Amino acid sequence: MEEIIADKRIDIRGLKCPYTFVRSKLAIESMTSGEVLEITMDYPEAAVSIPKSMQDHGQRVLSVDKINGTDWVILIRKERD
Amino acid sequence: MAFTEDQFTDDQIIRYSRHIILPEVGGKGQTKIAAAKVFLIGAGGLGCPISYYLTAAGVGEIAIVDDDVVDLSNLQRQILHSTKTIGMQKVDSAKAVLNALNPDVEIVAIKERLTPDNILGYIKDYDIVIDGSDNFPTRYLVNDACVLAGKPLSSGAVLRFEGQVTTIVPGQGHCYRCLFEEMPPEGLVPSCQEGGVLGVLPGIIGTLQAMEVLKLILGKGDVLMNTLLIYDALKTNFRKVKVPKNPECQVCGTHPTITKLGSYEANYCRA
Ligand SMILES: [Zn+2]
Repeated sequence: MEEIIADKRIDIRGLKCPYTFVRSKLAIESMTSGEVLEITMDYPEAAVSIPKSMQDHGQRVLSVDKINGTDWVILIRKERD
Repeated sequence: MAFTEDQFTDDQIIRYSRHIILPEVGGKGQTKIAAAKVFLIGAGGLGCPISYYLTAAGVGEIAIVDDDVVDLSNLQRQILHSTKTIGMQKVDSAKAVLNALNPDVEIVAIKERLTPDNILGYIKDYDIVIDGSDNFPTRYLVNDACVLAGKPLSSGAVLRFEGQVTTIVPGQGHCYRCLFEEMPPEGLVPSCQEGGVLGVLPGIIGTLQAMEVLKLILGKGDVLMNTLLIYDALKTNFRKVKVPKNPECQVCGTHPTITKLGSYEANYCRA
């Protein structure tokens, strides 16, 4: 599978809900359609809620990966403003 | 203006987080709210909840005009004022509370009475006008000024157990004179002893006005254009009445006879 290069990266480790989503949403809003956002986070509930909320807001979730014992990396493609 | 998340401080992101997570608002909408300038007439029963919520929402600038001082009889409904601020100018009493709630918001306190001579100079610098006044001469003055200046206007009124709200967008919808052509004759206006109001009522009507203003700022949803919302508190009933734009309207019609602000004097009881 071809590697997806993120256009923007945010590290929100240490943040809890709803600020995990607030930060992710602000980041997505500042990007243009088609760009990819990479989110690194460690709040377990957000590994489920961020992808779901992003989908509800019309964005495409490309992947959700647990990269070590505590952290996740989520890739989101911006599809709409 | 391009939006970036860097426009907000960490504290602002937390303060406005419940706005930002709404799809209809987001960071972009919050930026619009922060850029908005509104002009509010009255720091009384309607003006208090209107300015309280708009300050909480982070509206950039709120000018409040009122020449009255706080009276003990106001405190049953005018929630920005307090026993400690009796005798103080209402705009100063209000400003202290609003500044404490949200220092992001610029509150401009204007201790004056609006007149046909000064109103246009005031509203020209603002995006939206909000009428929280308690008398017909001001209501007609504000309506006519907003139509002439092309400023959107949220208008509200309360009496006893009934409240009314409408939103006037000049050039698009109706105006207050399309609804009621002239001020009612003196005999039909309730006197002081008839003019009671249950204290929660202006809270309900004022917060509806604040919501209309936020929707105008955000450009989301439907505002009460060509519509009068009537709330009957005793029956807990909300009723929407269609108010078509009157092509013969004296101020917003095709051939207006009111092209500048004249006299709005009337001998109503103003208590
Ligand atoms: Zn009209």
